[in-house]
Formats: sequence, structure tokens, C-alpha cells
Amino acid sequence: MTPDKFAALADPTRLALLSALATGEKTVNELTAPFDMSQPAISRHLKILQEAGLIMRRIDGTKRPCRLAPDGLEQIEAWANMMRRTYAANYDRLDQVLANLPEGDAT
Amino acid sequence: MTRLTLTTEGDQHVIVTRRFAVSPADVYRAHVEPDLIRQWMLGPDGWVMTDCQSEPKPGGKIRFAWSDGGNGGFSLTGEYQMLDPGKRIVHVERMHLPDPTPDNHIETTFTPDGPGTLLTLRMTLPDAATRAAMLETGMEDGMEASYARIDPLLLAVDAG
Repeated sequence: MTPDKFAALADPTRLALLSALATGEKTVNELTAPFDMSQPAISRHLKILQEAGLIMRRIDGTKRPCRLAPDGLEQIEAWANMMRRTYAANYDRLDQVLANLPEGDAT
Repeated sequence: MTRLTLTTEGDQHVIVTRRFAVSPADVYRAHVEPDLIRQWMLGPDGWVMTDCQSEPKPGGKIRFAWSDGGNGGFSLTGEYQMLDPGKRIVHVERMHLPDPTPDNHIETTFTPDGPGTLLTLRMTLPDAATRAAMLETGMEDGMEASYARIDPLLLAVDAG
């Protein structure tokens, strides 16, 4: 479970990084170049994208080039489904809570 | 019986509806009183609420936290903006994962529906604008297809 993917996408820098990766694998240096941000800051965004399963990295000598995870965004759909299941489960529980409210307790 | 719907409105909003058997006043209470909230707002099975604070007044704070019983967990903070008891709640919230997500604006309305209540949540997707911008930059077809499938989220859940 986690809305991590959705949260990972909810940031302009990370969306821009994904856009850059859409054209192919890139190194951190290549990804950092267009941004007015430090490389550690970009690396932190990349880590969030990686942990969310949206990008993959491999080791190439001293480099850690990034590329899009093939099924990363399809899992957004899974997120939507999870949200739907979460609401359904919450509201089923709420039915029980409401059924047990003391009569006339609403003030 | 299909009781919960989750649909999109334009590319910015998600609408959730659900019918309840009891009055709007009671459903409203269950959304603002911590003692009631902590009994149902638990998310996926197996998760527990470890913090539940709610100050139902304009400017009042909201803080919820959940744990999966192990290392997993996250919290949510927010503020109430407008409350019309028994009828409507307007609030803003964000999740902490642990970095905060952009603010999510949510309007919750409680409408009489026979003897019961029609609950409607209208929330603003945090990434709608940037999502559109991303598509314009020419993402690969496969990614566009994924997003296109998110747009018509016209799905309902059998909550029965």
C-alpha cells in the first residue's frame, strides 16, 4: 500500500525529471544540468522517484544512470484502485459506527 | 448494491459519493469528532490510527497518523476552513511521506437523502496542472496511455 507514486508525481521537479527520462536513460549530471538546483537536491528527487517505483537505476562504473520503470505509471491505476478500496473499507466501518450511535445524541 | 462512486470531474477533481442510512447530522459528527473518526478512518485492513486530532472550527487543526503495525506509517495534517454543521465541511490537507504532498482541498457535503444521507467529497488533485504540462512535453505513448486511463476514472466499487 502507499500513495507513494502519487506523491512522487505531485512535484514539478520530479515531473520534469520524468519528462527528461522519457527520451532515454540519463546520468544524474545530465539530469541536473537544466535545473537551477544542486546535484544532491536532484539526487534526493531521484531517490523518491526510485522508491516509488517510477524510475530504475543501474550501476555503470562510478555512474548510476536512471531510466523510466516500464510499468511505473501503470501502477498509478493501482493507486486509484487502492484509494477506492480504502474509501469503501472506511465507509463500511462508518456504517457500523453510525448504527451504534446513541439515539438522539446528536446535538 | 453499489454505494460508493469515485469519478473525476475535468482533470482537476475527484468526486467520491456514498450513501448512509442515518441523518446528515450524524454523518457530519462522525467526520469531525475524534472519538468517532478514530473508529472508522483506518484505511487499508490492518492499519491502525496512532494519532487523531480534530478541532472543528474555522482555522482548527487536523492531525491524523496511521501505522501498519510495523515500520510503515504516515501522517496527515490539515486545517478546517469552513464548517456548516450537519451540512458542509471545507478543509485542506496534506500527507507527510514524510515530505509533505501539495495541499489537497476537500469539500465534504452532507445532503439529506430520504431518511439517510448522501455524502459527497470533492477534492482537488494535487498534480493536475503539472500532469497536463508533463503530457505537453511529449511523453512516450505508453505513458500517455497510462494517464489517459486515469482520466476516465468512472469506476464504482461494490461496497456491500
